[in-house]
Amino acid sequence: MVSKKLRNDILLVAGIGFIILIVFIFLKINQGDTSSPNYIKVIVDKETKHCYNFNEDGEYVIKSGENTNVLVIKDGTAFIKSADCPDKICVHHRPISKVGETIVCLPHKFAIVITKEPQ
Amino acid sequence: MQGTKKLTFLGLLAAIAIVLSYVENLLPPFFGNNGIKLGLANIVNIFLLYKFTIKEAALVTLVRVLLVSTTFDINTLPYSVVGAAFSIIIMALLKKSNLFSIIAVSIAGGVCHNAGQILVAMFAYSTSEIGYTIIPLCISGILSGTLIGIAGALILKYTKYIKGW
Repeated sequence: MVSKKLRNDILLVAGIGFIILIVFIFLKINQGDTSSPNYIKVIVDKETKHCYNFNEDGEYVIKSGENTNVLVIKDGTAFIKSADCPDKICVHHRPISKVGETIVCLPHKFAIVITKEPQ
Repeated sequence: MQGTKKLTFLGLLAAIAIVLSYVENLLPPFFGNNGIKLGLANIVNIFLLYKFTIKEAALVTLVRVLLVSTTFDINTLPYSVVGAAFSIIIMALLKKSNLFSIIAVSIAGGVCHNAGQILVAMFAYSTSEIGYTIIPLCISGILSGTLIGIAGALILKYTKYIKGW
């Protein structure tokens, strides 16, 4: 009764859903132990420039040549307070708090990532 | 459709794709901005893939990607090109196999587009954590792929009988 194409469609979406599930499980395993501190890696132009402890509040001005991004770590979340990039997508981004989450500033080739191990 | 008429038709569609790209940029950011887009320009992509062949779709997409990235933000160029390449290749393969409906082709195209972009991001930032962003991107890829697929299918259905197209 279900046409062949519809059945294949559903299989395809189910397959994609399955992959998502696997990655999700992987992520949850990685995020696991909440007692040990997490770290924020600041990456500029493919290199990890800084690594801050996520549990210590702080405001960091990260400059790379002409580019500035201001990273704020506060109460277990991190966000970009200000930046001089043209689109300010990084500034408007919701604050991040869990391992694996990232905020990326494309024009500045800049990204912050929450990871488990210090660099 | 041949020759000059086809060329101008493709040019017109390229312009439409560019405008769609721009319009979706104007929308307020959903989902906290981690690169999730509607991919409205893919309506043109799907339309070309089913009306013509992969060559026309690839050509118009290439033109659109080059013009949009050089006009607005050159940093998006590698992401757009790789994403579009993954997307078109997979869509052409799925369409050729004749095993899936146009909506599934669109969904696969959307998901592959995002997967390609994530690969570029993993290279650009040398961090594996970026791989986790595939979760929200795949989910939104499935949703937007469905909508784009429906839109594309409707356009194909209603333009099927236009003389000379």
